[in-house]
Amino acid sequence: MSKIVEGLFYAQSHEWLKVEGKIGTIGITDYAQESLGAIVFVDLPEIGASVAQAKEFGAVESVKAASDLLAPASGKVVQINQDVIDDPEKINHDAYGAWLIKIELSNPSEVKKLLSDADYCAISK
Amino acid sequence: MDEILKTCLYDKHVDLMAKMEPFAGFYMPISYTGIIEEHQAVRQHCGMFDVSHMGEIRIKGKDAIPFVEYVTTNEIASKPFGKVIYGLILYENGTCVDDLLVYKVAEDELFLVVNASNVAKDYTWIVEHTENFDVLVKNESEYWSEVAVQGPEAETILQDLMKLTLSDLGFYTFKTAFWNGHDLLISRTGYTGEDGFEIYGDAVAIPEIWDLLYQSGKVLPCGLGCRDTLRFEAALPLYGHEISDKITPIEAGLGSFVKLEKPNFIGKAALVQQKEAGLVHKLVGIELTEKAIPRQGYEVYSGEEKIGVVTTGYLSISTGKPIANVYMDAKFAKIGDPITVQIRTKKIPGLIRNRQYYKKNYKQEEKKI
Repeated sequence: MSKIVEGLFYAQSHEWLKVEGKIGTIGITDYAQESLGAIVFVDLPEIGASVAQAKEFGAVESVKAASDLLAPASGKVVQINQDVIDDPEKINHDAYGAWLIKIELSNPSEVKKLLSDADYCAISK
Repeated sequence: MDEILKTCLYDKHVDLMAKMEPFAGFYMPISYTGIIEEHQAVRQHCGMFDVSHMGEIRIKGKDAIPFVEYVTTNEIASKPFGKVIYGLILYENGTCVDDLLVYKVAEDELFLVVNASNVAKDYTWIVEHTENFDVLVKNESEYWSEVAVQGPEAETILQDLMKLTLSDLGFYTFKTAFWNGHDLLISRTGYTGEDGFEIYGDAVAIPEIWDLLYQSGKVLPCGLGCRDTLRFEAALPLYGHEISDKITPIEAGLGSFVKLEKPNFIGKAALVQQKEAGLVHKLVGIELTEKAIPRQGYEVYSGEEKIGVVTTGYLSISTGKPIANVYMDAKFAKIGDPITVQIRTKKIPGLIRNRQYYKKNYKQEEKKI
């Protein structure tokens, strides 16, 4: 049974978004890391790049497969997590702690299109 | 749609909570404890694979050897009995129907082991070409199950647990054994680049062997996931990737298993012509100089020009390097030359290299495979 954290927003494509003021922190869910298996590589955008809701912004890769990352919300990348680039398996150990990027949200109302923890729980069983 | 089949070890895979997927018409284990751990077990100790999905075809009759020499590329007549011979089945145009192992049983009997996904096609192809030969072709795939036991400790562990002598088996040779009331065929072969054995038996014998090995705690169950990462590092081809009905064995670098000096075999004329004309495409290795993973189907460029496509690629588990096989325009295939690989939105730089990604660790080395 995979873990779901209360208070986050979730995308159908298994990314999570945590909103703190104008800053959105993005990662992949426990369900996503479990289905991928050991993550060996993370491909992230540069600081300053723009990401758009539901559009690809990078990838997480297991031995066998590359899985595209879709941005749960639009904005500009303000920070990337070097720790997960150096040690991608951190995501397997703690999917909600091992965030990928932080963005400055350009359209905070977009979160309405995302799922609540309860709704995400229903689709990730 | 055809029903998906289960091997005789299916229940064991499910009990071990393996990740199962349909492959070549069978539910097969992709991994149990994780591809990386399983890969390392085979490189360093010992792992076992359910390969019961493989196809087995027996050729009997007084023309068995000339017939198989006609439908496959390698030389069989000159090899001793008890030898396993790697070869390919070709179309007239020189591209590959399949690759296979030929077990030289007797003057009038050969045992062929072919890819699971190609059994029906191979069997039909072989039967269609029997016209001028006194042979009987039998598809025995349903009868045989198979476990591959691979790794530097395979010989010691198998001898100890099965109470059989295997140290006398040379690389790419086989013998039959009567074990616990079962007839087995055991060869010193594999698809991992390590020493190891492949054991063929019926659907009662193979689960008994599996249990014996598993319960010893010395042999890790390994899935098709690491079978692919292992064979790739060892530069062993996989049908549908490095070889296919679009690629000839010469292009795939398998020329040493194609005996053009044989009087005749299907596909020979096309290959002779290809050799004379020079290769247009060629299989090479690449290594990226930035961290990224070049995967099957990704396009390879020289400057702005598309020159090839990745057939298999991984972040090598044994070396940590991003490496790939690339089927490439031969005029660009120069070791050391720079290329880029289109990975999502970026072109990642790398260099052309040989495909010796990992030094094969066979007990008794012979020339190639």
